[in-house]
Amino acid sequence: MSTVRIPPVLREETGGNRTVEVRGATVAEALEDLFARHPELRQRVTEDGELSPFINVYVNDRDVRYRDGLATEIGPDDTVILLPAMAGGAR
Amino acid sequence: MQATPDAATDLLGAVGDTPIVEMPRLAPHAGVRLYAKLEGNNPTGSVKDRVARAMIEAAVADGSLRPGQTILEPSSGNTGISLAMIGSRLGYPVRVVMPDNTTPEREQLLRLFGAEIVFSPGAEGSNGAIRLAEELAAADPDLYMPFQYGNEANPHVHETTTGPEILRDVPDLDVFVAGLGTGGTLTGVGRFMRARRPGVRIVAAEPLPGELVQGLRSLEDGYVPPVLDESVLDDRYLVSNRDAVTGVRRLLREEGLFVGLSSGAAAAVALRVAAEMESGVIVVLFADAGWKYLSSELWTRDLDELEEELEGSMLW
Repeated sequence: MSTVRIPPVLREETGGNRTVEVRGATVAEALEDLFARHPELRQRVTEDGELSPFINVYVNDRDVRYRDGLATEIGPDDTVILLPAMAGGAR
Repeated sequence: MQATPDAATDLLGAVGDTPIVEMPRLAPHAGVRLYAKLEGNNPTGSVKDRVARAMIEAAVADGSLRPGQTILEPSSGNTGISLAMIGSRLGYPVRVVMPDNTTPEREQLLRLFGAEIVFSPGAEGSNGAIRLAEELAAADPDLYMPFQYGNEANPHVHETTTGPEILRDVPDLDVFVAGLGTGGTLTGVGRFMRARRPGVRIVAAEPLPGELVQGLRSLEDGYVPPVLDESVLDDRYLVSNRDAVTGVRRLLREEGLFVGLSSGAAAAVALRVAAEMESGVIVVLFADAGWKYLSSELWTRDLDELEEELEGSMLW
């Protein structure tokens, strides 16, 4: 099982849980399992089957867009992090 | 004695052309050379002097900033401080919209340079400051908002100054690392490198936001800055506050570099990249110095205690 970290803005859909344990060998499979467990999440984070531009997906510390996207492979020790796009920092 | 031709005729002429120094003790193995570009050496102590100067000069030149107007900008500190200095030189009042949970030094500096401060809810982070500034600007024609998140002068100044300075000083660089905020630095330096040294990897260090500053009401309140061109990035790493603090401490201890929190994060990412390289040259941009963070005692406090506090504040 891999872990998905849920940002505060999406925790209503997970009953308040910060993390959800999921099965899957890729990010796409992990997200499918997440949506199967918490169906309301699907429409919150996808648009027409694609990930919303307002959500960024990371495996551990790396953005999957610069790796293999949703096909990025994951193992049982990996954490998938969902984060809303935010303007950053001390700017 | 007369001033030499290198002497600037005004403080604004001293913006940019910052030093680059090697960090031999920080490099994880002998094959990798690490260099730091020290943007804290700008007049108000951050990379934002470049951006603020470029935005104001462009706005004066094209007539969008007129005499008598007030400059308004959302900023969690550095850009506001730069604008306040520049506004005071050029005769424009400056008003800054800033989250109410940054460090006291930023408020002190803004007031010293004569800026007015409007506080936005800290729990909404930079997004909250942007929203409030947009509302204020829309309601008052006497306000001019440069808006660093959407102003092309921001990436452009990095494409025309920061990027060329880096390539001049480190012509054999392979990787460029910088913090991701507005995206201006990464986009501008990235565009320059694409044109002049296409093999350079452009790597973003992104803050893993604390739980308490993720107070978005919905995903649609999230924000991708218009100036960020994600196509020039080659990789993007999340950095926790804890790793960023560990980074600033190592930089001080091992290299004598006194830098701010985003620089600690950028250094942490440079080290992750370096660990996966057999050989190569990495340039990391350090956006500001440590002065504005002294009150938060980043260097001295217990790391667990500090980590808990950083969950609820906006330090970079």
